[in-house]
Amino acid sequence: MNDLLLQVEPMIPALRRYARGLVRDAESADDIVQDCLERVVLNWSRRHDDNPRSWVFAILHNLAVNKLRQDARRAGSVPIEDAPETVGARSPTQEDAIYGQEVMAAIEHLPPDYRSILLLVSVEDLSYAEAAKVLEIPLGTVMSRLARARERLRSILESDRPRTSTAGSYIRRVK
Amino acid sequence: MTIRPITEDDLQAYVDGVLDDERHRNVSEYLLANPEAAERVSSYRSQAAALRSALDTVAREPVPSRLNLTTIAAAQAPGRRTGSLRIAAAAVVLLAIGGTGGWIMKSYALPPTEGVAALAREALATYGTFAPDRLRPVEVRADGGDAFREFADATVGRPVTIPDLSTAGYRLMGGRVVPTAHGPGLMLMYDNDKGSRLVMLTRPMAVDQDKPMVATDTADVRGWSWAKNGLGYSLVGALPHTDLHSIANMARSQV
Repeated sequence: MNDLLLQVEPMIPALRRYARGLVRDAESADDIVQDCLERVVLNWSRRHDDNPRSWVFAILHNLAVNKLRQDARRAGSVPIEDAPETVGARSPTQEDAIYGQEVMAAIEHLPPDYRSILLLVSVEDLSYAEAAKVLEIPLGTVMSRLARARERLRSILESDRPRTSTAGSYIRRVK
Repeated sequence: MTIRPITEDDLQAYVDGVLDDERHRNVSEYLLANPEAAERVSSYRSQAAALRSALDTVAREPVPSRLNLTTIAAAQAPGRRTGSLRIAAAAVVLLAIGGTGGWIMKSYALPPTEGVAALAREALATYGTFAPDRLRPVEVRADGGDAFREFADATVGRPVTIPDLSTAGYRLMGGRVVPTAHGPGLMLMYDNDKGSRLVMLTRPMAVDQDKPMVATDTADVRGWSWAKNGLGYSLVGALPHTDLHSIANMARSQV
C-alpha cells in the first residue's frame, strides 16, 4: 500500500494534465482520473508491468479513449478522423510563436490517436518505448504516428493563422 | 567516413532531444542544408512547447480532494463498490472457458492427479485465487498465539509446523482451509513490507510421502514443492526462482 502511494501519488498532476489534454472538459477529465486511480488501487498487486508509470498511463488512456468514443456515439458525430485537413494552405511563417490557446484549439481537430501520442511524448515526456506500451502499438507505429500527428497539427495551425490575423475585428492575442 | 542517411525518425527524435551527441550533430548539419526540414523541425518544437505551457497550468493546480489516493484506497477496502460484480461476471466467463476448454483438452493432456505434482497445481491455484485478494485473503488471522496453531492442526488433521520466514522478510498473515481433490489443505499466507505475498499449501499425501523439492513454473508465478513424513508442502510466489528456492529451503528446514 505504501508502495502504491509512493509511486502513484506523484503522478496525479501529470495524470490530470494528460486527461485534460484528451478530454477538454475539466470535470470529465477528473472523473476519468478518479476512475483510473480506483482501478490502480484495485489492481496494484496484479500488475505485471515493472514500470508503474506506463501501466498507470495505459489505464488512464484506455478510460479516456472509451469516454471519447461514448461521447462521439452519443453526439452522433462524424469520427474526428474525417475532420477537414488543410495542407499547404499558405506558406508557413516559422517565426510566429504558437500560443497555448491556439494549440489547444488545434489539437481538438486531431483524431484521439494523434492527440494522445503528442501529449505522451511532448508533454508527459514518455520515452517512445513507454508510449508504445501505453498505446499498445509497436515502436515503429509510435514513430510514424508521431510524425503524422506533428505534421497534421502544423497544417492546422498554419491554415488557421491567416484568418485570425487578417480579419480586422479580431483582437490580437497578447501574451 | 559515411553518415547514415537522416530519417524521419531522426527528425522526430531531434525534436524530442533524445538523439545521442553524434547523431544530433549529424541532424543539425543536415538541417542547415535543408531549410524545408529545418522549418518543420522548428514548427514541431514550438508546437511541443506550446502544448506543454498550455497544459502545465493543469499540473500546477492543487489536486482536487476526490483524487486523494489515500481516501480512494481506504474507500475500496471495506466493500469494493464497482469491482465485485464485474469480477463475478469475469469469473463466470472464465469458468465457462475453463470448463469447456478443460473438457476439450482432457483427452490430450491429462494433468497430474496425484503426488507432489498435483499438490503443486493446487498450490498455484490457491495462490492465484487468494494472493490478489485485498478484501479477505485469509480466513483466520495469525495472532501469534495458540488459536491459529489449533486451527492449522485441525485443518490438516495432525500437528503441523508453521514455518517462520521472518529472516527472509515475510510475516505470517494467517491462513485458510482450501478444498483440494485430496481433502482439505491448509493455506498459509505471508507478506513482506512491499506487499509481495507468498502462499504455502500443506496437506497430507497419499502418494509421494517423501519427495525432494521440485520446481513448478508458470508465466509469472513459481513454486517449490516437496513432501516429508506424509505431509506435502508447496510454496508459491511471484519471485525469481532462486529467491523463492532459498525461502522454500528455509521453510523445509523447519518442518
